[in-house]
Amino acid sequence: MAEFLTSIMPHVVERSDQFWQAFRETLQMVGIVGVLAVVIGIPFGVLLFATKPGAILQNRPVHFILNKICDIFRSIPFILLAMILLGLSRLIMGTGIGVKGAIIPLTFATVPFLGRQIEGALSEVPAGLLEAAQSMGCSPWEIITRVYLKEAIPGIARGVTITLISLINFTAIAGAIGAGGLGSFAISYGHSRGYTDIMWTVLIIIIIMVSLVQTIGNAVVKKTSH
Amino acid sequence: MITLDHVSKTFTGANEVHAVRDVSLTVDDGEIFGIIGYSGAGKSTLVRCINLLEKPTAGTVTVDGKELTAMGEKDLRQERKKISMIFQQFNLLPSRTVAQNVAFPLKGSGLGKEVVRKKVMDLLDMVGLPDKADAYPSQLSGGQKQRVAIARALASDPKVLLCDEATSALDPQTTQSILHLIQDINRKTGITVVVITHEMAVVKEICHRVAVMDAGAVVEEGTVFDVFSSPQQSVTRSFVSTTSNLGKIEALIAADDPMTALAPGAVIARLNYGHSNVSEATISEISRRFNVDVNIIFSNVEIIGGQSLGGLVAVISGDRVREAIGYLSEKNVVVEVLKRG
Repeated sequence: MAEFLTSIMPHVVERSDQFWQAFRETLQMVGIVGVLAVVIGIPFGVLLFATKPGAILQNRPVHFILNKICDIFRSIPFILLAMILLGLSRLIMGTGIGVKGAIIPLTFATVPFLGRQIEGALSEVPAGLLEAAQSMGCSPWEIITRVYLKEAIPGIARGVTITLISLINFTAIAGAIGAGGLGSFAISYGHSRGYTDIMWTVLIIIIIMVSLVQTIGNAVVKKTSH
Repeated sequence: MITLDHVSKTFTGANEVHAVRDVSLTVDDGEIFGIIGYSGAGKSTLVRCINLLEKPTAGTVTVDGKELTAMGEKDLRQERKKISMIFQQFNLLPSRTVAQNVAFPLKGSGLGKEVVRKKVMDLLDMVGLPDKADAYPSQLSGGQKQRVAIARALASDPKVLLCDEATSALDPQTTQSILHLIQDINRKTGITVVVITHEMAVVKEICHRVAVMDAGAVVEEGTVFDVFSSPQQSVTRSFVSTTSNLGKIEALIAADDPMTALAPGAVIARLNYGHSNVSEATISEISRRFNVDVNIIFSNVEIIGGQSLGGLVAVISGDRVREAIGYLSEKNVVVEVLKRG
């Protein structure tokens, strides 16, 4: 087995410690930022939706601000966003490099992205359900938690899936500016030194990660749609 | 039970819409009250003014002795639990089972799990769906969905049930069964029911009293029998005519149908009977007495609110037609001569 691997990807085997380290870093970034994105992004999306004109907590100024934040952060290319947020990252995390340094820019890129997906998912809930819930005497909080969030679970699962896939993509880009992870590993060895076996290995692993996320996401959507 | 006092609702925006104009209505405790109108007449807005899903721009709404228009949001939510509503599109929560839908309004009511379970099963029994507790709404037919919606509406033991076009998305047979279910519940529980519809047949089937809406205003109101037997407004007459075929004669006359060709001296007349004379043999009576021939083209007898109401369209011919018509009028039959030969 070892012989076989050495024959097809000699440079990966040679640097297997670095490779596993990079893989762990990617998982860490996706895991930590994924959780942060869900914890911050879902409430962000709910507020974005609920403060819209005509919605249950309609509030023009709040909606305007959230909407602009969303648009601005989504329109900045990630590589520039990461550079802009370097100072903030040093301030909060104490560093601008490594996994720790990547958390802030990745979170700023992912939260607005997921927020939009959540807003879209909640908009799909039929308006009649809101009216029915109001007629039953539900409060805005009950309507959000017991009607909107509950009914939008498949849409939310789709949004989280797409967001995690983008996040995997962003972590690879973060590698270009010192974040570590598989992206960084592929750039320093696969690209700079021309070790094509390293490039291909990283590529295949990322494809497997994305497929896995998509498959799990699809299963959740299927299970929660009635 | 429900009192609307000079209620108006105006939607402001690019162009102002006066959806409800100065409506005053009283719905008595335990009655089934119909509100009928064409689409756009404002009836759906009016019914939403009862539970304040639409806030009236003027006027007051009082339900069960409490003025809802004077309440804050929190008290209003509490009162809404006593005013249930069912909808044309059912509005069941698709991600919840039938039992979870019915139990939805009971959350926070302080009832124990077992009590809720029992209540839900009793309600599903009542609407005839005891075996669908664990089904999802998407697995049900339209009629079954509306039954679930009714069960859910009754879960909070409301005093009022508002039905917004509740049968408009259903086929005629299912409509009948849903109407009878509502009627049955009204009789058993004494719940006050407000029925919004554009179908006169629905009003005729279950309502005690009816208000007719046109362009945001109530133009006519009364017992269903009175409104049917002597409609005052043209919009009311056009609704009444939808449930009978007596109105078809005008179209036949206009089209010069051979059926409407008359011999000299003959007339086409429409006769309307009230409940007091529907059973009398007035036709054979005039035939014998005045030696006229009566050829019945259309006839219609309805039982409304336990009283019968009838009418017919006939060609009356002979030498003494005028006297025959005079005699009918004496007998309190309303005679309209539509065409003379």
